[in-house]
Amino acid sequence: MHAAIQVLADAPVYLTWGWVSVSVPNLIAILVTTSLLVLALVLPFPKGRHPKGRHPKDDS
Amino acid sequence: MSTDTVRAHQAPPTSWIGRLRGRLERALPYEKLLPETQPAYVASWIYVFGVLTLAALAMIVLSGTVLAFEGPSWYHTSRTGLFVNSLHFWSVQLFFLFMVVHLAGKFWMAAWRGSRAKTWITGMVAFVASVGAGLSGYTLQTNFDSQWIAFEAKDGLNAVGIGAWFNVADLGQVMLVHVFFVPAVLVVIVAVHVLLVRIHGVVPPIDAAEVEARAAHHGREPGEVG
Amino acid sequence: MSARTRQESLEREHWTGPTSRYDIVKEGVIATVVVAVLTVLLAAVFSSPDEPALTFQGWANTMPDDFYNVTVAELAGTSESATYGAPYNNGGDGQVLGPLMPQKWAGIHQPVDPANDFVITPLETQQQPEDVAAALTRWTSASADERAAWATTYDTAINDPAGADGDATKVPSGAYGPVPALADGLLAMATSGALDGVFAAPGQFYNTDTTKQILFLGDGGYLDAAGTANHLQGNQWGMMNETGNYPGQQWLAPFSVWYQLPIFNSEAESGFAATLTANGDIYIMSIIAVLTLLVILLPFIPGLRSIPRLIPVHKLIWRDYYKKRS
Repeated sequence: MHAAIQVLADAPVYLTWGWVSVSVPNLIAILVTTSLLVLALVLPFPKGRHPKGRHPKDDS
Repeated sequence: MSTDTVRAHQAPPTSWIGRLRGRLERALPYEKLLPETQPAYVASWIYVFGVLTLAALAMIVLSGTVLAFEGPSWYHTSRTGLFVNSLHFWSVQLFFLFMVVHLAGKFWMAAWRGSRAKTWITGMVAFVASVGAGLSGYTLQTNFDSQWIAFEAKDGLNAVGIGAWFNVADLGQVMLVHVFFVPAVLVVIVAVHVLLVRIHGVVPPIDAAEVEARAAHHGREPGEVG
Repeated sequence: MSARTRQESLEREHWTGPTSRYDIVKEGVIATVVVAVLTVLLAAVFSSPDEPALTFQGWANTMPDDFYNVTVAELAGTSESATYGAPYNNGGDGQVLGPLMPQKWAGIHQPVDPANDFVITPLETQQQPEDVAAALTRWTSASADERAAWATTYDTAINDPAGADGDATKVPSGAYGPVPALADGLLAMATSGALDGVFAAPGQFYNTDTTKQILFLGDGGYLDAAGTANHLQGNQWGMMNETGNYPGQQWLAPFSVWYQLPIFNSEAESGFAATLTANGDIYIMSIIAVLTLLVILLPFIPGLRSIPRLIPVHKLIWRDYYKKRS
């Protein structure tokens, strides 16, 4: 636990490509966000259950 | 006689309160507010990011309340304080992460269709308000980061004139804005946003009419699945 | 009914098609538990950033020459704070966007007089050594013109690129009046740590307004160097960054990107690039306002609102439903 906190207390590494510069923590956050979006779109979703009755009034 | 039968025989309400109740009942009956079913097309992981954003907001408010009670400098010298500050920091990271995925999903669904423009607008306004909450929060930290951000942000605010009233270097004002003003506004916007979703229902697929028409043509009943 | 009308009425009406069982309360509870656990884990493992605030004592001890020179600039009225304009003073017009001058129009709401607020008043709140006390008396009993003459002459001499070039020890003798002694006095106060407490609330008990501290600190190289070291400058994508090895505000990337453009970082002395650079904030705030409005009003903007139809990501989202209904 201490090691993790110590590492984070140090300055971050910045990755630079031309005029684009991003810190590794920020890049991780951006990659996680993008991955979650992609995964949410492609991962299969568990099948839903049928409503109890098929009378239209039973559905909301 | 049951209450419903009594009501059915009465004239429509003319009082303001009666008419308001009628409008609310028609727009959002309890069955719509708290349904036990949802349309069959709500079947994708992308749909969970709205409620995840809400959950993150709840964590932000909870951790923020503790920080507010203890004052903005508590966490510099208290280990518990630092932990609560960390809860607040990471719930903010999660909040924006989930909100961005939610926004992206709603865009690709064109979720503003079918009179749902207000839902989209309140959602985007909530995002902007959240950025305001973030700015006031960052300038409340009473550390180097808040010194720097106050120094930089003042230029943007001053340049457009509102810096004369919103002074990010004034801890008293920043505290009020961050702990009360923006959260109050944000909670109202988010409540309206969520209620609009319940009122209008989750937006049907872009080609739902075509799909339903084809299903009917092939003899599938509206409620029939599989 | 055309296909489009059918679709539009389907979107507006209550869904009467196939449904499935769903518990909104259970979903909310699960989401809350998941997020709570995730937050606690992240907080326990990674903690959060907290770089201690800079102090005038730190500035004076780390960069005494810079502190000294900035003090002189405050007395001379040439510092960034002294020439800022509204909402602090009349030292400048502030930023403009064509004919629009909202900064100036808003007026002075947080009056700051750098010479007095940053230098004279703090010196006067404390008992000073004889030479500083004498310098204070000389300054306060002089006319505004005399003070301006002393301070400006000294400020110019210090910053003369052909002469002292920032080194106050190399300044030739001249009619600087009490200015050198005043600057020395403030430097001594800062070095000892006395200035930090006094500056916040000179002769007062309470204060929560740190405007004067932020402005004075920002006039010098100490805050600036710390900003650069932490990648927080505007043109270092600073708006997105955080101190320490932590994620910052990635959601501000569309805002931060504009501050990277060369046209807002120009060294030109005149022309369009110079105008844009000098007024960068109001230009970029305006761009962001327009972009934000575009996204808020997206449902009403033809072309943009058709993108989801033209690039059918929705085929992925609703593939289960399509399969069920075919």
